[in-house]
Amino acid sequence: MILLVPTFIGLVFGTLGSIVATIILSFMKWDLISPPQFAGLDNYLGLLKDPLFLKSITVTVSFALLYVPGTMIISLGVALLLNRKLRGTGIFRSIYFLPVVSSAVAVGLVWSWIYAKDAGLLNYFITNLGGEPVNWLSTRNALYSVIIVNIWGAIGEGAIIFLAGLQAVPHDYHEAAQVDGATSWQRFLKITLPLLTPSIFFQTIIVTINAFQAFEYVYVLTRGANGASQIPTMVYSIWQNGFRWFNMGSASAQALVLAAFLIMLTLFYNQLQKRWVVYE
Amino acid sequence: MNKSLSAPRSAEKPIPKARFGMRTRKLLADLATYAILIFGAIIMAGPFVWMIATAFKLPADQFTRTLIPNPATLENFQTLWDKLPFTTLIFNSLKIAVLSTIGQLLTCSMAAFVFAVVRFRGREFLFVLLLGTMLIPPQVTLVPNFILFRTLGILKYSPQMALWLPAFWGGAFGTFLLRQFFLTIPRDFAEAARVDGASLWGIFWKVYLPLAKPALAALAIFTFLWSWNDLLHPLIFLPADLDQTTLTVGLSLFQTQYAGRWTVMMAGALVSIAPVIVVFFLAQKQFIEGVAMSGVKK
Repeated sequence: MILLVPTFIGLVFGTLGSIVATIILSFMKWDLISPPQFAGLDNYLGLLKDPLFLKSITVTVSFALLYVPGTMIISLGVALLLNRKLRGTGIFRSIYFLPVVSSAVAVGLVWSWIYAKDAGLLNYFITNLGGEPVNWLSTRNALYSVIIVNIWGAIGEGAIIFLAGLQAVPHDYHEAAQVDGATSWQRFLKITLPLLTPSIFFQTIIVTINAFQAFEYVYVLTRGANGASQIPTMVYSIWQNGFRWFNMGSASAQALVLAAFLIMLTLFYNQLQKRWVVYE
Repeated sequence: MNKSLSAPRSAEKPIPKARFGMRTRKLLADLATYAILIFGAIIMAGPFVWMIATAFKLPADQFTRTLIPNPATLENFQTLWDKLPFTTLIFNSLKIAVLSTIGQLLTCSMAAFVFAVVRFRGREFLFVLLLGTMLIPPQVTLVPNFILFRTLGILKYSPQMALWLPAFWGGAFGTFLLRQFFLTIPRDFAEAARVDGASLWGIFWKVYLPLAKPALAALAIFTFLWSWNDLLHPLIFLPADLDQTTLTVGLSLFQTQYAGRWTVMMAGALVSIAPVIVVFFLAQKQFIEGVAMSGVKK
């Protein structure tokens, strides 16, 4: 039973303790210098009036609404193409997977160079084709530009998960359907897609969680000189409140709001799962 | 795909014309597949190619659009090591990642073994509780951990410890991954070892761990990568001081200092991903199987 001790300590002190501590801190005002003071619901009420926090919710929700379907559809498409098992697909699989293993900071630097307004690669192509240079990271465009980078970075992982799911679809099913005269589109809709729903379900949850935790590309691509971003996500706002301004109470309250969002979404997906996920 | 196509071909044998039509259609479909995959590969690999191309250019040539640097130079790497304690940054990242990996492998495999093999009261409850913690985003623990490590003095005396120490108290994901793998090992193995007089620790260390190499490799890869690439935690726990911090934070500090000097910045980015990419190409199978494993076993 000694084998379980580290995990038990982690569970009690690391996770459960943290949750309790975060809940308590969310009712306190504390800047780490003067002693903590009980603040009641002030932190939560403050959030409702905090423009940064309100903006971070809008940004995060818009981010998720575009990022989740974008990543899911593209990685499913890539997996279907790779599953045709043509010669050389192994190389493609590796190339698509490269961003998954690479540091977001390093890759974010390259993208900031590609997106650069005056000399970036993207604007070079656009001006060469006769277009006007675009300010990719302006307040208006930054969200879309950052989402593109995030999707680009996530395709490989999704494709691998879907590919594993596709390879688990028994060949017999397709053969039988083909003998019965089903077209490939019909086979996709009636056989592949239903049998893939467990992978789709799993991946939707993972991708949604990632969307709500988006931070690194936002930090590298849009952080201004004062540490603020035009598109602060919820984690960005937690970081600013907690570790730049040392509002521990407010940061804790925001972290709990984030946790509540994620738990509600997971429960919601779980309810949906009963309706559309097919288990063999 | 090939296998599924062989069946109808024999079914349609009497009508050779249709067979020919199918073959042309397959050829067109293959060509279209390649076209899309190649287009995608250019977008996926493009930023990496551009990173390498820029990193080897002279600073004065940074706005030339050529893919092959002419002349090629190592000047940017020289600048990195002259102006920054780059070796220290790499060493710090490596140290934290290695210690985290050891911690996770050890504690997660121990817990996973208990959950998979030992029967005791409350096992299911404890396991479900552990899995439930996966729902809690890691950001919730940031503030309390920061305060805990600060109170204990760790942030003052050995801030890097704040990054690798939590790896030594287990983790839901690693425990789950390894437990699923341990469950596939027949119980007879454990029984036989017990008959031979092996202790529980002996069964764990000599029977289960060696058999679980693929799952352990997957967990090691995930933990190492996660730690090596992490930005948020070092940003919060480590002082913004180049002797203490990691490569990722160093690079992001650099971004403000060297704004506009793209050749140097790309050299830094290249150095930070090169080791990972090399390991990826050497151990691709483990990487990709690991990801597939984490998704399918659920």
